[in-house]
Amino acid sequence: MLHIVACIKQVPDSREIRIDPKTNTLIRQGVPAIVNFYDLHGLEEALRIKDEYGARVTVVTMGPPSADKALKLCVSMGADEGVLISDRAFAGADTLATSYVVALAVEKAAQEWGPVDIVFCGKQTLDGDTGQVGPGVACRLDYDQLTYVEKVEHLDEAKKEIIVHRHLEDGVERVKAKLPVLITALAELNKPRRAGLPGVLKAGRYQPVVWTTNDFPDIDRSKIGLKGSPTIVGKTWVPEPKKVETQMLTAESTAVLAEQLIDSLYATELPAKLGWA
Amino acid sequence: MAEEKKKPAVGLQPEGEVDWSDYQGILVVVEQREGSAKKVSWQLLGESKRMADKLNAPLMAMVIGHGVEEVAKEAIYYGADKVFICDSPELKDYRTRPYSKVCLHVIREFKPEIVLFGATYTGRDLAGAIATHLPTGLTADCTQLDVNEERLLMASRPAFSEKMLATILCKQFKPQMATARSGVFQSLPRDDSRVGEIIRIEPQMDEQEIATEVLEFVESTHGINLEDAEVIVSGGRGLGGPAGFKILQELANALGGVVGASRPAFEAGWITHDHQVGQTGSTVHPKLYIACGISGAIQHTIGMQSSDYIIAINKDPEAPIFKIANYGIVGDLFEIVPALTKAALAKKGKQAAVASAVTNG
Ligand SMILES: Cc1cc2nc3c(=O)[nH]c(=O)nc-3n(C[C@H](O)[C@H](O)[C@H](O)COP(=O)(O)OP(=O)(O)OC[C@H]3O[C@@H](n4cnc5c(N)ncnc54)[C@H](O)[C@@H]3O)c2cc1C
Repeated sequence: MLHIVACIKQVPDSREIRIDPKTNTLIRQGVPAIVNFYDLHGLEEALRIKDEYGARVTVVTMGPPSADKALKLCVSMGADEGVLISDRAFAGADTLATSYVVALAVEKAAQEWGPVDIVFCGKQTLDGDTGQVGPGVACRLDYDQLTYVEKVEHLDEAKKEIIVHRHLEDGVERVKAKLPVLITALAELNKPRRAGLPGVLKAGRYQPVVWTTNDFPDIDRSKIGLKGSPTIVGKTWVPEPKKVETQMLTAESTAVLAEQLIDSLYATELPAKLGWA
Repeated sequence: MAEEKKKPAVGLQPEGEVDWSDYQGILVVVEQREGSAKKVSWQLLGESKRMADKLNAPLMAMVIGHGVEEVAKEAIYYGADKVFICDSPELKDYRTRPYSKVCLHVIREFKPEIVLFGATYTGRDLAGAIATHLPTGLTADCTQLDVNEERLLMASRPAFSEKMLATILCKQFKPQMATARSGVFQSLPRDDSRVGEIIRIEPQMDEQEIATEVLEFVESTHGINLEDAEVIVSGGRGLGGPAGFKILQELANALGGVVGASRPAFEAGWITHDHQVGQTGSTVHPKLYIACGISGAIQHTIGMQSSDYIIAINKDPEAPIFKIANYGIVGDLFEIVPALTKAALAKKGKQAAVASAVTNG
């Protein structure tokens, strides 16, 4: 049977993050946590493959103990197992250190539940926005990476082959690869399902598997957490909000209003820059 | 320098004593398809030229592909002193492994202190693999780049949904790597009298060793490339259905632009995702952005607030989108947008008439 690992991350809901106007720092208290939205598209695709071909779906997340909620959500949607990789020593990791631990977890999942055929990650996270962890994990596992996938066209279980559509700025690329692969998911890939009642009931009772540094006997402690991260955050600042003087246009008729706006635009440098003139 | 080493370690340390002093210069990895380079590559060369001058170090470019001789020359015209070219049939399409092996070879052999990529899908895919292999630090999606007196790359990028900017440093490893956003930096004027050195690099993998195969590339039919668009007419939930996009398209045509959308418009299935602007869509910086029936949620505005001119059309005078707009019109988009199209076409007609009167006159 196929074994698919979906990597997810719990992230703060960015809508709720505010800047404290007095201190110019982020107010993070009380910000609700959500599952990174692209990751759910990865999980959904894993579940669709499970529905069609039969597969074991393992979800892994690195995060604080409270991330078990995210795993329960995944189990309610149909994942077989949820693994929380949690240890203070993992805190402060940048993408390089994160990909190291996630890759170790995928290897361990393979030992526990069988060889892994596909790893799904989201395109990027909403808080980090880097898109670097997926390629990092693929690289460490020596899997081929198929990033920015918008469609899984074909999966050949016997030949261990997969054909996907990768979305690029200027078009779509059809790529064939040999399993195992790591796929990073775009929103176009699918529409994540809502959990049914049986799933919700199962998740209610479900206790995620927890792995700490002690569960990885060969872990190189110099490569994890803040200590294992080559990048450091220097200065942070809040950019000056763009000062705009909004001109609200009104007129006796829509036609006049439209003319006014177009005339205003023609009074700027736009026509010259855009070749309207 | 000796003092530097005694400081408490921050972040990952290289194994053993490493002397990074051989690492000199900036390398820009050029992205191309079918022999034409992405604009961001030249923009990065432009920005890197300034930094290379500050470092008093060479500016280098890497061109990988098949039939890319011209691209290598172009890289020199756009500012590179030295171009590494790896040209081979199996490199025609981008694939992570063969491309990253070529880059790794060049990085190890020629030791640049900074390596930059466009923050495109391909650039991010490639940079992520290379940084992990080396290993080194990689900063994604930068919007500001600079170097300081210690030759450190100060790679700054938006964080927390663009509410903050953060400067990321990589002190212990070379090269320092970053991907940088398209449309933020200025390329140098193309100068075909510039000369530079072209260095040929052997491919590092045979076709038989490469397990992935690009079956085909289908260029997007509607040719929508929001990130390079100069005029965008965007519609949101206020459009009420897919038909609304037709009137937006007409205005876009009249102004020489393309159509964008908010997330709800994509989610409702009125338009495809490649039109979506915002945190989970494209980040755009056109000269003119017209938001129709879009309220102005932060997830939308972070993707378009750096547009030169913003026009908002919304029936709710309190809509937050007006706060960032240069011009605002309160009213029904179904009346205003067609009127704008008409006015724009009429104005263009007049201008053309004036122009021909002048030239013919
Ligand atoms: C994690 C996350 C990521 C997100 N990413 C994005 C993203 O990338 N891009 C994005 O856009 N959103 C994104 N969103 C959604 C975002 O929060 C807002 O919900 C969304 O931008 C609102 O879209 P809208 O302005 O079209 O709709 P609404 O907020 O519903 O606004 C519709 C507007 O249309 C006006 N209107 C209605 N009828 C008319 C009419 N006839 N004429 C004129 N005006 C009219 C109304 O007054 C209203 O202001 C994201 C949300 C989350 C949680």
